[in-house]
Amino acid sequence: MEWLMAIVIGVMTSAGVYLTLRARTFPVVLGLTLLAYAVNVFLFVMGRLTIGQPAVIDAAATGYADPLPQALVLTAIVIAFGMTAFLIVLALKARGEMGNDHVDGLHLADDERLVEQTPSQTSQETKL
Amino acid sequence: MSLVAFNLPIVALLPFFGAILAAWSSKLNRAASAWTAAGITVLSMAFLAPAFSIPFNGETLIQSWAWMPAIGVDFAFRLDGLALLFAMLILVIGLLIIVYARYYLSAKDSMGRFFAYLLMFMGSMLGIVLSENMIQLVVFWELTSLTSFLLISYWQHRQDARQGARMALAITGAGGLALLGGVLILGHIVGSYNLTDVLAAGDLIRAHELYVPALVLILLGVFTKSAQFPFHFWLPHAMAAPTPVSAYLHSATMVKAGIFLLARFFPALSGTPEWMWLVGGAGMITFVIGAYTALFKHDLKGLLAYSTISHLGLITLLFGFGTHMAAVAAIFHIINHATFKASLFMVAGIIDHETGTRDMRKLNGLLKYMPHTAVLAMIAAAAMAGVPLLNGFLSKEMFFEQAITASHASTLAWFIPIIVTIAAIFSVAYSLRFIHDVFFNGEPVDLPKTPHEPPRFMKIPVDLLVIVCLAVGIIPMFTVAPILAVAVAGTLQTTPPEYSLAIWHGFNLPLMMSLLALALGVGVYSMRERLHVWHERFIARIDARAIYNAVLLATLRFSVRLTRAFDKGSLQHAAVWVIGTALVAGLIGFLSMPAALLGEREGLPLDAVTFLAAVALMIATYLTVHWREKRLTALIAIGVVGLIVSLGFVKFSAPDLALTQLSVEVVTIVLLLLALYFLPQSSPKEIGRVRLSRDIVISVLAGVGVTLFTMAVLSREFDPISTYFLENAKPGGGGTNVVNVILVDFRGIDTLGEIVVLALAGLGIYAMLEGMKLPAPSKDIHGRQWNLDNHPMIMQTLTRLLLPLMLMVAVYIFLRGHNLPGGGFIAGLIAAVALIVQYLANGIEWTSDRLKADMHWVIGFGLLAATGTGLVAIGLGFPFLTSTFTYLTWPVVGKFEVASAIAFDIGVFLVVVGATVMSLVQLGKLSYASHHNDDHKTQQETK
Repeated sequence: MEWLMAIVIGVMTSAGVYLTLRARTFPVVLGLTLLAYAVNVFLFVMGRLTIGQPAVIDAAATGYADPLPQALVLTAIVIAFGMTAFLIVLALKARGEMGNDHVDGLHLADDERLVEQTPSQTSQETKL
Repeated sequence: MSLVAFNLPIVALLPFFGAILAAWSSKLNRAASAWTAAGITVLSMAFLAPAFSIPFNGETLIQSWAWMPAIGVDFAFRLDGLALLFAMLILVIGLLIIVYARYYLSAKDSMGRFFAYLLMFMGSMLGIVLSENMIQLVVFWELTSLTSFLLISYWQHRQDARQGARMALAITGAGGLALLGGVLILGHIVGSYNLTDVLAAGDLIRAHELYVPALVLILLGVFTKSAQFPFHFWLPHAMAAPTPVSAYLHSATMVKAGIFLLARFFPALSGTPEWMWLVGGAGMITFVIGAYTALFKHDLKGLLAYSTISHLGLITLLFGFGTHMAAVAAIFHIINHATFKASLFMVAGIIDHETGTRDMRKLNGLLKYMPHTAVLAMIAAAAMAGVPLLNGFLSKEMFFEQAITASHASTLAWFIPIIVTIAAIFSVAYSLRFIHDVFFNGEPVDLPKTPHEPPRFMKIPVDLLVIVCLAVGIIPMFTVAPILAVAVAGTLQTTPPEYSLAIWHGFNLPLMMSLLALALGVGVYSMRERLHVWHERFIARIDARAIYNAVLLATLRFSVRLTRAFDKGSLQHAAVWVIGTALVAGLIGFLSMPAALLGEREGLPLDAVTFLAAVALMIATYLTVHWREKRLTALIAIGVVGLIVSLGFVKFSAPDLALTQLSVEVVTIVLLLLALYFLPQSSPKEIGRVRLSRDIVISVLAGVGVTLFTMAVLSREFDPISTYFLENAKPGGGGTNVVNVILVDFRGIDTLGEIVVLALAGLGIYAMLEGMKLPAPSKDIHGRQWNLDNHPMIMQTLTRLLLPLMLMVAVYIFLRGHNLPGGGFIAGLIAAVALIVQYLANGIEWTSDRLKADMHWVIGFGLLAATGTGLVAIGLGFPFLTSTFTYLTWPVVGKFEVASAIAFDIGVFLVVVGATVMSLVQLGKLSYASHHNDDHKTQQETK
């Protein structure tokens, strides 16, 4: 189980880092969101994995999950939301001010090409 | 409490408040700010007056308040003889300058700004001389650099003023940093930052191995401030300032701050060969270079600038001799130089003011146009040259005597009297030039204005200073002797040596040197034409400023190149550096770990459901990346990731986290959907293969590293600190849900910080979106028209019915939070979702009409509630955010526990609701505004 969690965290980190390195604002925001998931789960598992033992004081309980990482992660989730919201609005603002969504304010970087949109496809889908 | 218990900080800080008043009063009337400034100066003197007698009784007044006691920094002031002398110089000459400047400034110059700067500068200077704590002294020291920058660049439209000010700031600011370093070392050696301790620990300091570094750093501060070679070149460029500023900065204040520091640290640092060579050497070179260069300056103020450099060198040299008698002479010359130099600068200002030029090639024969000014100038310049019966003569005699004494000290030092005599010859020559070239020597050459005497009040300050020059020169025992005695005592921190202030000491060697200097000075002046040709050919080309500019340019180029190497103006590039650095740092960690990568701890068994969920999560993660160019699809995929993460929290005993993650997920996806509306619906195709493969390598490495790191931790046993929280949650915090008790009680101040961040994010979003208009797309990615239809009826009805229910759930989750999973964060998110759903289903207009609450107020009240809870605890005498709880019995509900932390949790709740709803509604309004605009446009077009 531990390996599984570690791999899940690793996969989310990889995807997050990769998206963060992209050139357009929206994927970067997605990447940071994924990184936030990865970091939150990582912090959470630092208290070790526990099944069926929530950190609520109960005379009948045999043991408790570590409450401290949970408290840390709880606020981290909310802060991550605040950060995501701020970033996406920053991206909107950049779009409004510069007229494009490149992270450096370029219209089209050297290593990009416009996605071609075939008109036939468009008309087809309109009918649907 | 008597005034002498707290008057010193008032003396130093009053001018800062006065600056505000002066700036403000200039609105009333042009002259008002001048009289305000003068009044403030007099008031500062009045506050200082009750303490006058203390240094005269041989005591030192210390006023100290604890500031940062843990690192030994106090808010501490000190008044001894030295401080008193300087404080009086700063205040008295400051007052004269204020009167003078009132008439000097033209109608175009802003009076309020000038006097505000001047007062701030005065306060900074007073702070330096009255400081007991060395750190505080450095703070005031830096303040003088900053305020003098403002003063020198007062005529902001002039390029030379801006450049001169920048140069002065760069040099003195850098020196200030060195001084800070030196003072820190000194404090380290002595174990205290208070001057009283440092001055008493001279032997300890001089014997310490860090003595030389400390001395060099402090001297760097001194030399830069007091324009000593090789840092002297900023001073002439600072002459671009209005003349009253030059008169103030370069006679009694700014440049004397360095000299003051030499005097201040004299008992602690002097008396070693290092001190003698560094201080004496710099002083002597500066003395000679300044005197020589002054003769060849055609600008009146340029001459005075180099003469100031030269006299500062003279004083520094005296301190460099290191004997008590030399210190007496140095202090005496500080007083004399302040008086005659201030008056000479003011005369230069009068001449500039009345003739329109300061070029001595044009200024000739002014005696008949302004005889009064001419007499004043002649007396002051004679004092500068060291003519008998004037104050400059007395201190120069003492200086020569000390130079002779010093030459006996070692066989190498025989040249000292010769060099100082040569410099003195040049001093006489340039003083003579100031008199002869300007007031005699034929007729003026095409002056811009016909010269005449200045307004009476411009001359009165000069009159007073010149009277002082005469009085000190003729009857020193009855004028300067008492203040000199206490100042010397304050400098040396012991009984001063025996010295005589008499005018006539018999026909001795110093007098011979004086007479020789006077005679040869006249000779040098008469040969000035020929000397000038020689000077132009050989010396004038050496320009310290060029070296300074070259160094500055080289530094600038280097830093630009260094920055460019890392930051190419590309976020992707920068991000690669950051992540790459993290990878390298992590790799070093793995490689240097002595133990095996994995530990011995037994893991949990794997079960099929969890495995499948994890696989689904990984697939969804992959799809997010894969579909990143089709943005809406990627958003759906990431939503799946978030949902599975929250399921994971359920599985691994974290119900609070699961609830939070779930509600945040909803809000985040709605938010991103709203934003996506305004962003391009797809990304361009990336074709840079090198970059793509590089990024894949980096991200795989990051993932593998994190996986291994996680396993390295999870496979080991650990000893959690949470036992404390588990044991104390119920008895100490009054709640059984330990996570919530940690949030609102044990770590309440962290939570407070976090909700502040959230509030700021919400406000920041509001500010960014307020008034912004974005072009709304009329078609989606496939060219379909956006459906602008009204909101679906079923959804409208359902959400309206659901609202009370959802709010009730929020309240329920909130109330039980202390004991069961829930609490302010989760309840806040649920309530926010409930409100946002209304906006989504019914539209902004409909909902805003019915929900009048302004989310700014909600956030504000939330922060107030959270902080207020903490403050109540302080009010009751407990530390900030201490909580308490009790049990109430309500009808129907039964026995009910109320913790004061619930008020804190209400704060959390409100901030979360406010920030979340504000962000989303603001985004929603944006789309509403764009559409509204479109409709409007279409309507207009149809018309």
